[in-house]
Amino acid sequence: MIPEDNPLDNRRRPQSLADLFFSFTILALQGFGGVLAVVQRELVERKRWLTPEEFTEELAVAQVMPGPNVVNLSLVIGARYFGMPGAAAALAGMLAVPLLLIIALALVHAHFADHAGVAGALRGMAAVSAGMIAATGVKLAGSLTRHPLPLALGLGVAVVAVLLLVWLRLPLLYVLGGLGTLCCVLTYRRLQP
Amino acid sequence: MSTIVLTWSDWLNLFGHYLLLSLMSVGGAISTTAEMHRLLVEQHHWLTPQQFNDAIALAQAAPGPNVLFVALMGWKVGLNAGSYTAAVLGVAVTMTGIMLPSTTLTYMASQWLHRNREMRGVRAFKQGMSPVVVGMLVSTGIILATTSAPTLDHWPLWALALAAGIVIWRTRLHLLWLLGAGAVLGWFQLV
Repeated sequence: MIPEDNPLDNRRRPQSLADLFFSFTILALQGFGGVLAVVQRELVERKRWLTPEEFTEELAVAQVMPGPNVVNLSLVIGARYFGMPGAAAALAGMLAVPLLLIIALALVHAHFADHAGVAGALRGMAAVSAGMIAATGVKLAGSLTRHPLPLALGLGVAVVAVLLLVWLRLPLLYVLGGLGTLCCVLTYRRLQP
Repeated sequence: MSTIVLTWSDWLNLFGHYLLLSLMSVGGAISTTAEMHRLLVEQHHWLTPQQFNDAIALAQAAPGPNVLFVALMGWKVGLNAGSYTAAVLGVAVTMTGIMLPSTTLTYMASQWLHRNREMRGVRAFKQGMSPVVVGMLVSTGIILATTSAPTLDHWPLWALALAAGIVIWRTRLHLLWLLGAGAVLGWFQLV
């Protein structure tokens, strides 16, 4: 029997298009106020379809392309295993059931919008989501130890990105374009040709 | 709101606008809300300002990707036009418009990057972006927390966000337990 920590056994993958569709549906339905943290938790830590490094790299692609990052990410992951049909299955999983649900919610929204308990519950879940997404960043910072750039530099760039985005409120586009490009050039010079 | 009238050319116009917005939506569809507001609320009066804001708030609160606020706006535009058929058409037009260009581009880019994954430039791009992506995730969390708790009076929300972050970082507790705990604390007005 292969031991639990055998790296060969660590790599898993979606079994079928239906597996992709339902996995992404379940992920999407857990994402109150953002699905990204759930994707990282489920696909990297539980299902192990991706390593933390792969997750960060695919997220970089998903982020610099137009469109919602988590939708792009699901598409990229689906395409990685099953090509175009995989991309479509993952995308449909991410959008179809949540779309029906949100329209159902819109229909009843008027009845509960002013309820103090409901408003409070949504506020509490939003605060948990905020913590979730920040924690995802902190966890992925761990994968910078295996980055071509020295750890101090990688972490320094991450901290500068936080300062630019949170403190100066610079648009994400500038930070990705400026700091991201600089970091790519530095990485390029460290990689073996 | 009084019933509005959308002709076929209006629907086409709406679709065309969303196709363009999709191409501009780096950082998510939410980054194009100013333009959507201009089109739907100010220019055509297809939505009231209240309906516009409600769509964004509801999509943030509901499970699923936040981009579904686009579907809600399409739904409301259709309802304002007077029928559930129009509402379904509204969802189809806005969601297809906002998704088609960006997903096509992302698919092509990811396939190209995957085929050329051994290239030095491709490796440098994917790995080089990692530190910035890490910073972006942390920033998103902080900004989301600031939006729901702008002043120090809201410190219990900050404490909850921080506690949730630490639990997720250090343990493997299922996320739904944390969301449930947040919902219960909020329901009883404890945060």
